[in-house]
Amino acid sequence: MTGLTSVWRIARKDLRSEFRTKESLNAALSFAVVILLLFSFAFNPNARTIKEMGGGLLWLVYAFSGALILNRAYTRELPNDCLEVLVASPVPSASLFLGKAIASFLLILAIQIFCLPVFAIFYNVSLVAALPSLLLVLALGAWGLSAVGTLFSALTVNLRLRELMLPMLLYPMMIPALMAAMHLTTLLVAGEPWLAEDQIWLKLLITFDVIFTTLAAGLAEFILVR
Amino acid sequence: MQAKFFAGLALVAGVFLLRNLNIIMFQLPDEMEQGPIYRIFYYHLPAFFTALFCYVTALVCSGMYLAKKNPVYDSIALAATETGLAFAAVNLITGMFWGRISWGIWWAWDARLTWALICWLVYFGYLMLRRAIDDPGERAKNAAVLSIFAFVSVAITWKAIEWWRTQHPGPVLSFRTGGVRRIDPAMENMLYMNALALILLAIVFIAVRYRQEKMQLEINALRRQAHALQA
Repeated sequence: MTGLTSVWRIARKDLRSEFRTKESLNAALSFAVVILLLFSFAFNPNARTIKEMGGGLLWLVYAFSGALILNRAYTRELPNDCLEVLVASPVPSASLFLGKAIASFLLILAIQIFCLPVFAIFYNVSLVAALPSLLLVLALGAWGLSAVGTLFSALTVNLRLRELMLPMLLYPMMIPALMAAMHLTTLLVAGEPWLAEDQIWLKLLITFDVIFTTLAAGLAEFILVR
Repeated sequence: MQAKFFAGLALVAGVFLLRNLNIIMFQLPDEMEQGPIYRIFYYHLPAFFTALFCYVTALVCSGMYLAKKNPVYDSIALAATETGLAFAAVNLITGMFWGRISWGIWWAWDARLTWALICWLVYFGYLMLRRAIDDPGERAKNAAVLSIFAFVSVAITWKAIEWWRTQHPGPVLSFRTGGVRRIDPAMENMLYMNALALILLAIVFIAVRYRQEKMQLEINALRRQAHALQA
């Protein structure tokens, strides 16, 4: 089995087992809606505040519900010692990591896309014009979240307090990517023009993704093999 | 031999710090605009350099651990991170005192303050992770990976925060541009002297903490052996 086919197989296996139970997907979706609702009480949701805070708000929702998805990336393998078997299988650790990251990425992306119309309706914004660029930003941010989160999920999988530890470790490290994604999303939600100086945030987001994907794929071996 | 060397080093660092304190308090004049409070800078900035020194040490040792799997490197990385956090806390707290007096507020969401706080939280997460893992090999390995991630993330955040905060100018920005004014060579020199003294002190702390950690590992190993013999 070459690296790429095994990446795809791992991702497909993860997605299939997730869709059979829909455990984390249901939890993450309902959690996202609850947070979206709660934000309406945290501040007065008028057109001006939404223009200022829209991106930050959406990304907080994504980061919170994303952690629920990421937590499951490896805990899903704990019953019946599936993780041991996966590690012992001829699949390289980097492929195992990438496959799981891709599965988490697709799940997080699904939540992001589901949240958009909910957000648009609740807070009365039109996202149609900005949709293509918005999807690009969402995908880049979601990949950063999945790459770092999947590796950290492996770091914390054997801990008693893993549901707490993962966000504790993940959020501070995600700050550069979150800042970039929040800034760009706020621009897009507000319908403001994307200026040349804002390109730097897109570059930051891409750089973050590239650096951490490389680092995580390279270090996955150390974490997974015991 | 080692213990004596570090005790000597501690003595040197202590005398050096006292000498610096004497110069800072009694020989250097007040700063023209800030008055006497500026003296806190002689601890604020050197503490930052010391913390940075510790974090780099932790990064190097974590990399070495992953390459060599020698627990010595893990213990040094832990000792360096803990010491770094202590000095980073000195940096943050002295900064807050200075801010209270010069700005009138304890905290401002200025780029450097935000960065320093994030940095502290990231490395605190490292200690939290260590606490949560019982198996020494597993702990060392996971902590080393996290330490590498922490350093890279903190390095990226450094630049990102600067863009973020300068795009939303706050009241503190005028001070930041004011920071380019030249400082007196005697004052600048004193900053480096105190940085050196604090780094020497940090090395002693790392050595002491390393020895504790080594002993702890030995005790744990003996305890496991005892349990095995009992059973």
